[in-house]
Amino acid sequence: MAEATAHLEQHARPGFFTRWFCSTNHKDIGILYIWTAGLAGLISVAMTVYMRMELMEPGVQYMLMEDGVTPNGHLWNVMITGHGVLMMFFVVIPALFGGFGNYFMPLQIGAPDMAFPRLNNLSYWLYVTGTTLALLSVVAPGGNGQTGSGVGWVLYAPLSTNEEGMSMDLAIFAIHVSGASSILGAINIIATFLNMRAPGMTLHKTPLFAWSIFITAILILLSLPVLAGAITMLLTDRNFGTTFFDAAGGGDPVLYQHLLWFFGHPEVYMLIIPSFGIISHVVATFSRKPIFGYLAMVYAMVAIGVLGFVVWAHHMYTVGMSLNAQMYFMLATVTIAVPTGVKIFSWIATMWGGSISFRTPMLWAIGYIFLFTVGGVTGIMLSQAGADRVYHDTYFVVAHFHYVMSLGAVFGIFMGIYYWFPKMTGREIPEGAGKLHFWWMFIGSNVTFFPQHFVGLAGMPRRYIDYSAEFAYWNYVSSIAAFVTFASFLFFIGLIFWSLAYGRKTVGNPWGEYADTLEWTLPSPPPEHTFDVLPDFRGKKSAH
Amino acid sequence: MAAHKQHDYHIVNPSPWPFIGAIGGFIMLTGAVFWMHDYTPYVFWAGFALVLYVMYAWWTDVIREAHGGDHTPVVKIGLRYGVILFITSEVMFFVAWFWSYFKHALFPMPDAVEREAGVLGGGVFGAVDGVWPPAGVELVDPWHLPLLNTLILLTSGATCTWAHHAVMENDRKGLVWGLTLTVLLGALFTAIQAYEYYEIVHNDWFSYAGSIYGANFFMATGFHGFHVLIGTLFLIVCLSRAMRGHFDNQSHIGFEAAAWYWHFVDVVWLFLFAGIYVAAVWGAA
Repeated sequence: MAEATAHLEQHARPGFFTRWFCSTNHKDIGILYIWTAGLAGLISVAMTVYMRMELMEPGVQYMLMEDGVTPNGHLWNVMITGHGVLMMFFVVIPALFGGFGNYFMPLQIGAPDMAFPRLNNLSYWLYVTGTTLALLSVVAPGGNGQTGSGVGWVLYAPLSTNEEGMSMDLAIFAIHVSGASSILGAINIIATFLNMRAPGMTLHKTPLFAWSIFITAILILLSLPVLAGAITMLLTDRNFGTTFFDAAGGGDPVLYQHLLWFFGHPEVYMLIIPSFGIISHVVATFSRKPIFGYLAMVYAMVAIGVLGFVVWAHHMYTVGMSLNAQMYFMLATVTIAVPTGVKIFSWIATMWGGSISFRTPMLWAIGYIFLFTVGGVTGIMLSQAGADRVYHDTYFVVAHFHYVMSLGAVFGIFMGIYYWFPKMTGREIPEGAGKLHFWWMFIGSNVTFFPQHFVGLAGMPRRYIDYSAEFAYWNYVSSIAAFVTFASFLFFIGLIFWSLAYGRKTVGNPWGEYADTLEWTLPSPPPEHTFDVLPDFRGKKSAH
Repeated sequence: MAAHKQHDYHIVNPSPWPFIGAIGGFIMLTGAVFWMHDYTPYVFWAGFALVLYVMYAWWTDVIREAHGGDHTPVVKIGLRYGVILFITSEVMFFVAWFWSYFKHALFPMPDAVEREAGVLGGGVFGAVDGVWPPAGVELVDPWHLPLLNTLILLTSGATCTWAHHAVMENDRKGLVWGLTLTVLLGALFTAIQAYEYYEIVHNDWFSYAGSIYGANFFMATGFHGFHVLIGTLFLIVCLSRAMRGHFDNQSHIGFEAAAWYWHFVDVVWLFLFAGIYVAAVWGAA
């Protein structure tokens, strides 16, 4: 340790191992997060390709037992569980919150680094530990005499408490570790946001992306520990004979659903709120106007965060709750449409009368607004407890949450990459290729998920390896489009490597005067340590 | 590098501990899975040892940096934020256990569910039959050992505050005495709680496995006891630092964190005492 310290003081750039394994630099850790999330994302998306292959035609063609005839439902269940767990815990939050949050929140508030740089690195490595445990769980001995757990990402009891093997326990620990990683990250982000804003940058002058990361951190801090308690109960029910969720011992399986969704609903806002921040900057930059309704945007995010904690049971209308409880959760849920509407209309109002340039990040932003609105509207449909009797556990729900998550949050990740890639790497992604990727993926993913509304309303249940023949047509369409979308993802990966090697060199601010947050005042890529002299906004009207 | 900075924030040097600590965590948790599935406990203990070593090494670095002057006033504010936020997350962790307890106390599972589950009042502890506490459960008398433990913890909160006032006045003797008493009271609490557990198990009042009452009781009080243990260790570290001459009225973040943590543990106990010990007896009466 003493040697390493002495070595560092002689050289500006640390060596490879020190830089990437012992990092205390928020930018390097952010980059590590983004790469690792990308890798986990690729694995997770590959699972969906396998599933869409299976669903392309009625009957079971690919996921078979060793005899080559009997359908292997367990394998299917492992795939949906793996895809869900990876996406929820190991792809979207690490990319948006861990990656962009780490890299750009401190830059936007003019902080030289995070409040606890070493803890920041622990968050990252615990995330890697969690991902490793999650992947091990797929190959470890699990239920039905096979490998992996097939209980769905929500790990509902009694499925999860009764499944034999080590796989489920590894999955539980994977979520424990990822939770610890996120909580430590959240503590770090909140302390940084509250304590390290540049002089004069009052809360009402702080950029929207920094705000979005701060609100996400608060949601993580307050909801993930409850999940940790719930999965600890799963663990003791499985291994030590407690009966929290076992009716034979006086326990209640529905209690698990309450605890899970008390975390799970804030979780979906943790996935989406960071992208609210990114899109606000992108829309303002490429409309060449300041963002419309800055303060309303801030407090809309705060309101979404607060309401996110009091609506959880709308995921559980069919468990036998009292009518009063269902009415409450229904009304509370539709209330969220108000602050969300404030955000959507403010983005549109920002574009209104602006001099819009349709650069690649702007295309993703406009696509995001459209898709997120579609997902939001189906969300309002699902929030109705009476109507939900029909929609519940059908492909309509799958279509809904893929519109807000897969198309909303993931479009947010791509938007962030296209917007900030020049800043992080000093190179540009070619415009034409970026636009091609956008249209390719926009069309592919819409054609994948839109038909799922139809089959869902027609009654096709989710989570099954097979379906009856009348759903065949739209499933075929959906599968073909899923392969097209996967191809666009591979194209994107190639594009990123090409741009890293051959992309045109860029300047500090390639986007023009409305890219006015602090990161654009720095060279691209930024030096190892930024803001050795703090920017000062005292006495200025805005912190831009 | 850091030499050119013109601000008071702490730019921390690269450190191997997070990486090694995460490896330790990985070994410990896979080891726990092996242990739970009856392979071997040793992998778990190896990982645990590595995690403990990393904690020691990491916090040694932090203390060295504090003495090197890295903890400027603004950094101290950040550290305080960190401690408060960590305690907040701990509070939310206990919410899960109280949620389970109150759910089962206020809405015990009806007997219809048990009939469906095929348990017809056969299990002494398992059956709830819409009654809380379930029939067959012998409650701990709250006005006996639990009340004593409440008084012990409250007293320890007072001695901890004595130590805090002492450090503010640079009174090292008072600090050491206050901390010593707090640690002793904490240890006494743990010993009494262990004895209470022994009584419950020995007299078969209720059991941890197979009974929702026992599961709720032991997990909630057990996690609290675990936090008392951590808090006591934290205070012991502060005591040993105080005896070596660390802490004065300007610099005592480590002590302050331990004190806040101790008060948090204290408050959780008050909720346990009121919610799990006293309310259960009143509910049964």
